[in-house]
Amino acid sequence: MTTMSVPAVHAAGLHKSFGKVHAVRGLDLTVRPGEVVAFLGPNGAGKTTTIDMILGLSAPDQGSVSIFGHSPRGAIARGQVAAVMQTGGLLRDISVRETVQLTAAMFDSARPVDEVLARAGILEIADRQVEKCSGGQQQRLRFAMALVSDPGLLILDEPTTGMDVAGRRDFWSAIRADALRGRTVIFATHYLEEADAYADRIVLVRQGRIVADGTAAQIKNLAAGRTVKASLPPSDRALLGGMPPAESVEYDAGRLTVRTGDSDAVVRFLLNTTGAHDIEVAANNLEEAFVALTGDEALTDTTTNTFEGDLV
Amino acid sequence: MSTTAIIQDRAPSRGGVNRTFLWIEIKRMLRNRRTIIFTLFMPAVFFFIFGLSNKDHHLPNGHTYGQYILISLTVYAAMTAATGAGSQVAVERAQGWSRQLRLTPLMPGAYIAVKALAALTLSLVAVIAQFTIGAMAGVTMDVQTWLTAGLVAWLGSLVFAALGLFVGYLMPSQNVMQILGPALAILAMLGGLFMPIEVMGDTFGQIAKFTPAYGIGQLARSPITGEFDWAWIVNVVLWLAVFVAGAAMAFRRDTKRV
Repeated sequence: MTTMSVPAVHAAGLHKSFGKVHAVRGLDLTVRPGEVVAFLGPNGAGKTTTIDMILGLSAPDQGSVSIFGHSPRGAIARGQVAAVMQTGGLLRDISVRETVQLTAAMFDSARPVDEVLARAGILEIADRQVEKCSGGQQQRLRFAMALVSDPGLLILDEPTTGMDVAGRRDFWSAIRADALRGRTVIFATHYLEEADAYADRIVLVRQGRIVADGTAAQIKNLAAGRTVKASLPPSDRALLGGMPPAESVEYDAGRLTVRTGDSDAVVRFLLNTTGAHDIEVAANNLEEAFVALTGDEALTDTTTNTFEGDLV
Repeated sequence: MSTTAIIQDRAPSRGGVNRTFLWIEIKRMLRNRRTIIFTLFMPAVFFFIFGLSNKDHHLPNGHTYGQYILISLTVYAAMTAATGAGSQVAVERAQGWSRQLRLTPLMPGAYIAVKALAALTLSLVAVIAQFTIGAMAGVTMDVQTWLTAGLVAWLGSLVFAALGLFVGYLMPSQNVMQILGPALAILAMLGGLFMPIEVMGDTFGQIAKFTPAYGIGQLARSPITGEFDWAWIVNVVLWLAVFVAGAAMAFRRDTKRV
């Protein structure tokens, strides 16, 4: 069917600045229908800014976005895309059911209210006031609202922020059950664990750019290489052009640092071709490697700690 | 059949005014205790304090002060109700609801229309409640006077629904009515709703004519004062235009930023 060739999301050359902060710097992303994509990166990587542009909540300074071949606004009007935002977006003074009824009323055709409440796992609290719901329940309400138009594309922005472990697990099992029906899902997260467990494809963003894009296994391989360190005479730097491909090569004060998935090949090259000496090979700490891929100045100790255990 | 095909061939929703939206909006307003206090309770208390004692004193044209004060306070009740309803957009912006609505097909114009209709519903409730209290307290008027005064107070409240929207889009406050409440009381006083313009003295009497509650009050009371002036209509229309323009401007600024 020809419709399969129309991407769920096609974003090209997106740029967005806020004053002096260049939040998104030339981001291209194509998501095929049915994919479950994690948008993974540390806080401040530009994930939310990108999502806002995909949804048409803010206009890119440069570049364009289409959703199932329509403008963001056109796709929203057709109920083709819905989003679960991080916070807010709920009226406190109405009940859970009224919130979904209200959302459904905006669309010319919508799924039955009780059906989406059940799918989001909040049918039993349908009559509860929104302000009396826990953070996890409110998040599932946002999910229910997103299901109302039966959208082909569901976008979730850090959906489990502030949830406890059980809440996160429940939320993701609801999303996962739903994704099995063939819905395209894009979710932003800074938990590697979530991206690994729930996405078919991981897009790593750092400082407003995509730094890696692949399956969870590919990303893991990328992160699971080794670091080779060696002393290298400055005169031999020119020879490094012939080195086997590496993730990153740094040279500082006579000391070479190479991150690579194939440390054997790099060491062989260094010994055979260059005057490298004092060679050290160390297995990358996965956490370190991930931080190396996505880290930036905004990365603090707390963020780093979040990854502890998630990677192993 | 592929789900994707179904998704792509959909027609856009119209995103217009709809009954469920309007009904939930009205329910929300009637559940809001603060709104009820401002719109139903306070004007009623004012009537008992200021209206009852003078109820049977007569105006030069034979009508009673009771009628004069009841109609004035009904205008006040309706304007407070409508402003309060309109200003709720401030709360909705603070809660991120306006942003959420931008993820639905709802047209901005339809949102404003629903807000205005909900404001008119609440001000109608305020008018009926105030008239009922007045009638029970023994104020009598002929049917035409009840109807004319009621209609003017009710429809005139649209001016203040626009004011509420204007301020609601301008201010981030969760408690926008705490600022608007006293402001409305001042406008009501300046507009001759708490005391007749004639007793306000020259300076304030002149200022009064340019305030937004003045025209509506004068028009609503015209069945009992027997007076009419086109300037009152001009006052209402101009203030409506000012507040609608302000609301439109503030709305555009708001959607650009979010």
